[in-house]
Amino acid sequence: MGLRFGTFQEHYAQDMAIFHTKLHWGMLLLFLILLFTCPLFFSDRILTIMTMIGIAIISVHGLNILTGYCGQISIGHVGFMAVGAYISAVLCTKLGWSFWIALPCAGLGAGIAGLIFGLPSLKIKGFYLIMATIAAHFIIIWIILQLYNITGGPDGLAVPKPKIGSFVLKSKASYFYLVATIACLATLLTKNIVRTRAGRAFVAIRDNDLAAEVMGISLWSYKLQAFFIGCVYAGIAGALLVHYYGLASVDQFPFMDSVWYLGMLIVGGMGNTLGAIFGAVSLKLLDELVTIVGPILSKAVAAQAAASLALIARGLIIALFLIFEPRGLAHRWEIFKAYRRLWPFSHEESE
Amino acid sequence: MNFFLQLVVTGFALGMIYALVAIGFVIIIKCSNAFNIAQGHFVMIGGYLGYTFLVLFHLPIGVSLLLAIAVAIILGVLIERLTLRPLVGQADLAIVMMTIALASILEGLATLIWGGEYKTYHGVLPTVALKLGEISIPSESLIGLIVSIVAVVILMLFFRYTKIGLAMRATAEDLQVVRSVGIRATTVYSVSWIIACVVGVIGGILLGGVSGVMIPLAEIGLKAFAVVLLGGVNSIGGAIVAGIILGVLENVAAGYLDPLLPHGGMANVFPFIVMIIVLIFRPYGLFGLVRIERI
Repeated sequence: MGLRFGTFQEHYAQDMAIFHTKLHWGMLLLFLILLFTCPLFFSDRILTIMTMIGIAIISVHGLNILTGYCGQISIGHVGFMAVGAYISAVLCTKLGWSFWIALPCAGLGAGIAGLIFGLPSLKIKGFYLIMATIAAHFIIIWIILQLYNITGGPDGLAVPKPKIGSFVLKSKASYFYLVATIACLATLLTKNIVRTRAGRAFVAIRDNDLAAEVMGISLWSYKLQAFFIGCVYAGIAGALLVHYYGLASVDQFPFMDSVWYLGMLIVGGMGNTLGAIFGAVSLKLLDELVTIVGPILSKAVAAQAAASLALIARGLIIALFLIFEPRGLAHRWEIFKAYRRLWPFSHEESE
Repeated sequence: MNFFLQLVVTGFALGMIYALVAIGFVIIIKCSNAFNIAQGHFVMIGGYLGYTFLVLFHLPIGVSLLLAIAVAIILGVLIERLTLRPLVGQADLAIVMMTIALASILEGLATLIWGGEYKTYHGVLPTVALKLGEISIPSESLIGLIVSIVAVVILMLFFRYTKIGLAMRATAEDLQVVRSVGIRATTVYSVSWIIACVVGVIGGILLGGVSGVMIPLAEIGLKAFAVVLLGGVNSIGGAIVAGIILGVLENVAAGYLDPLLPHGGMANVFPFIVMIIVLIFRPYGLFGLVRIERI
């Protein structure tokens, strides 16, 4: 445990607490204050980036529960985001429901889609499951295009901005507050889900599913639970995404994005709630860097340099992390914390 | 009836392209149990290499082919040595993600070097044209068929009779056992990636000569997985049979069902529907090995 010296835990509840010391609580409070005063200091452009990061964090949390904790690899996560997005969009526009009712429905709908496409996971795993989830993505997008009358097909669907009473969340800042709040709640929820009985069952299934089954864990039930929970997160993230743009279109959910969400998980560190946040932030910032550097590079080198730069940069980052730090940034952060705690000594005295 | 036959014949051509990608994929699985998402990209790179040597440098076909194979060998060695060797013994996800990263890098490089435009070199390769009654048989299906069958025969003999071929199959089975009997697993991995690259590049050159290459060609790789799963992941013959079955089915389904649907697009989704059905009812495919797991 990376706690300061002299911190004692005398009760089980203390041991299980997420925030152990007053310092932790203070730092949390400071972080939240800084986060929610961001719109005062930053321009709309930076707020947009932060909103996108927030949506990515929500989605990656879902993928983390499914892939990082339960070990069921999914490269169809964006497909489930699209399900949530379209459910929310259709409920808001065609039925005139409020965004606040449509959002939970989006999560629920995506979760049910997750249950359906999670069914093959009962029989297959590893690479076969990857293929099944890839298939899920393409089938979902195809169905959305087929339901032309409801979803608008390739033209997309104009979506209203959410509103509280008569106040419309139109400005970048107000939408940032919405996403930041949901992202914080999602983080708290994830942290707690993985500490429950279900969370421990997920980890057991990830480490060895046959052994887990022998120990009395129902694979059938828990694998589907993982799919459901993971896809609920995806659905909510998808709904937030389309309400931000004011337009739901299948182009917002390209297949490669699923791969990048998995990449975020690898860069951040799988099976670690903090890792999901690290990964989402760092890969989204990499994207921003590419959009800044790209035009300069394409002027200097070749016109197509900008287009290829993003692909090469993302591929390289994921490859380098897989080779040199498969446990991701979260593990580096742990090492750094241990270093800071023990400084000026290099390691603890062993007993 | 003519419509149906034409659909079958063009579907056959498509199936041969699937089979070309699927063979490379099966080789990697047979040797190192790794799933290579980037196989479609090898085909794409092959097509562009053919364009470079044949059209830009005006080299004769034989020299171009040899040069392209040489490049493929270098590419295979580099890829195995730099990206996959450090991951030996890691989980499935790490290897799959690595090949995805590889696919992304290859796609980026191809865009950078060749500009990502559609390139073709009709008339440079010898073409075969056949007409059966009123149905014209596209030359890609004939070339694809010939190359696939030759490749399959060579590879089957290779895996059955040569020492390195047997070593490859053993390595896929159990790395520890193979190492303990003195087989150099690293050489096996290198050779398997080299073969996959070479097969992909040859396929790409043929494809470029017949129907042209472009960056989205790599996405055929994704659909080819349906072929691999249907045929059974470790069966080379299965890849070809399944390639033909799926190519024909996809084309027929698209031909007859698209007019009935409001938005068509059956061809894009059909392989994936087949994939889900295969995965649920027969995960080991038509000709694959049935595996039983123990703790």
